[in-house]
Amino acid sequence: MPSLKLSFPVRARDFLAGGHGAARIRQVLQQVGFPPEIIRRAAIAAYEAEMNIIIHSYGGELKAHITPGAITITAVDDGPGIPDIELAMQEGYSTAPREIQEMGFGAGMGLPNIRRCADELEIKSGAGQGTTVNIIIYNR
Amino acid sequence: MGEVGPLKLKEVQAILNAEVFTGMDKLELEVEAGFASDLMSDVLAFASGRILLLTGLTNPHVIHTATMIDAAAIVFVRGKRPDKSLIQAAREVGLPLLGTRFLMYDSCGRLFQAGLKGCSGEDR
Repeated sequence: MPSLKLSFPVRARDFLAGGHGAARIRQVLQQVGFPPEIIRRAAIAAYEAEMNIIIHSYGGELKAHITPGAITITAVDDGPGIPDIELAMQEGYSTAPREIQEMGFGAGMGLPNIRRCADELEIKSGAGQGTTVNIIIYNR
Repeated sequence: MGEVGPLKLKEVQAILNAEVFTGMDKLELEVEAGFASDLMSDVLAFASGRILLLTGLTNPHVIHTATMIDAAAIVFVRGKRPDKSLIQAAREVGLPLLGTRFLMYDSCGRLFQAGLKGCSGEDR
């Protein structure tokens, strides 16, 4: 299997399109034959990362780099950034508005869900700087 | 309480007196466990196995979420009805959609009583 690179633009507040990038990543992982549990973890992490861009940023990009040994998912956004990453990693902590919560998201589970699925997780952010979330899931 | 174990979708349909919106040809499918929530992030976090997802939400994220976790089927509770675009999206990914008049708690209780376990692993 050659190395594959996928990239999807993600628009802020575009809830209807939200999840399409993650769905496509999941489909490609199925096509190249990753084990179901690895696909599931990658799909959940990608979906939460994509929703985070939609909910919290001014827009960004969801990327996946797929090799036989690892899936790397990167979510990059322009946005207000996360002032306190440690706080944002706590289950139940949320800054999402009410309308997002009515969509079934924004209950403060996004980053904790990503952490649960990831083998490695790196978040680069700061107030006014945008956010980059880098997720690695090893195929083992 | 019945034997704990998987239920066929047609049994789920009978227990919940459910309408089938799509997936009429898949009623022989078995679901291993149930998970009920209106919070999709909780579904993504805690649901595992070939589950039946019970929810009152009818937006596109319900289909996305069910797909990401490989759910077997969705039951919309409280008489909620998916619109045409949602039914079409589910049909495209081969995901059966059912609907019941029963409230969330009542739906779960009936399925649990019929032997369908939850995802906590504490009822085996």
